[in-house]
Amino acid sequence: ARMADEVLFQFLHNELIQYVYKSAEHGEMENGRCITRLENMGFRVGQGLIERFTKDTARFKDELDVMKFICKDFWTCVFKKQIDNLRTNHQGIYVLQDNKFRLLTQISAGKQYLEHAPKYLAFTCGLVRGGLSNLGVKSIVTAEVSVMPACKFQVMIQKI
Amino acid sequence: MSRQANRGTESKKMNSELFTLTYGALVTQLCKDYENDEEVNKQLDKMGYNIGVRLIEDFLARSSVGRCHDFRETADVIAKVAFKMYLGITPSVTNWSPAGDEFSLILESNPLVDFVELPDNHSNLVYSNLLCGVLRGALEMVQMAVDVRFAQDTLRGDNVTEIRMKFIKRIEENLPVGDD
Repeated sequence: ARMADEVLFQFLHNELIQYVYKSAEHGEMENGRCITRLENMGFRVGQGLIERFTKDTARFKDELDVMKFICKDFWTCVFKKQIDNLRTNHQGIYVLQDNKFRLLTQISAGKQYLEHAPKYLAFTCGLVRGGLSNLGVKSIVTAEVSVMPACKFQVMIQKI
Repeated sequence: MSRQANRGTESKKMNSELFTLTYGALVTQLCKDYENDEEVNKQLDKMGYNIGVRLIEDFLARSSVGRCHDFRETADVIAKVAFKMYLGITPSVTNWSPAGDEFSLILESNPLVDFVELPDNHSNLVYSNLLCGVLRGALEMVQMAVDVRFAQDTLRGDNVTEIRMKFIKRIEENLPVGDD
């Protein structure tokens, strides 16, 4: 595959956030809708990426197998590291913990700017949801941070 | 911060598809938000400019490139070092104006347009216009005012993709008194 520099993606990601929040100022869009917009963009990208990443992989055995793929291969392709910890309650909830999340490392190592963290996570929540969706897994993905740059993504599988 | 500590020791290369697809999602969103292609082009240029003014710092910190003495040297650095570093491609530099203040970058391939097809109703969209903004913003930070635009684009049916760059003027440095 072709290579680009990760800095480009990081700067572009920052511009996406700036753009969405700036257009919100004029249109009186509240924070929640900005998050949704970023999440939706991530969703489209996640759908496209997973198609590329899985074109040579074997079929997945089950849901857990899919989640492992997201934590290892998908995360490595996108963020150049694996998810540090995957936990599940075996009832459709998965918690993916990244102790050094790439899109937060430039912002803070601690609690400074914590209130801005959600904007920097929304796109990635969408990435995961879009990726899962193209693997036939419908989900809701949220993220939480208590100390940057660590964060947890929670995936709730929607049973159809 | 981590960037400082990691500088030089860690590869910053990644799969370009994430960048390409994210850019695609952005253009799609802009096309929904704005009524006409010109507005989208303008917005892409603006975002590129914002990226360029930051990217130049990253570039100067990571490459060992010093100050360019003329526009020809600038052209070489852009094509052979910067494009290579960030997009993994090396455009050729051609079509110099006799005065040496204008040249073209010819892109054999453009990673931004992988997987892209322009619909007929967006004939005025300059899909990769972000690049113009990036170049303009980055050069402005090294005191060069440059006009950058797409002269040809394979997405719009041209044989090659050509970015035309025209030197306008050197921006005077306003150094604080007593600073070197």
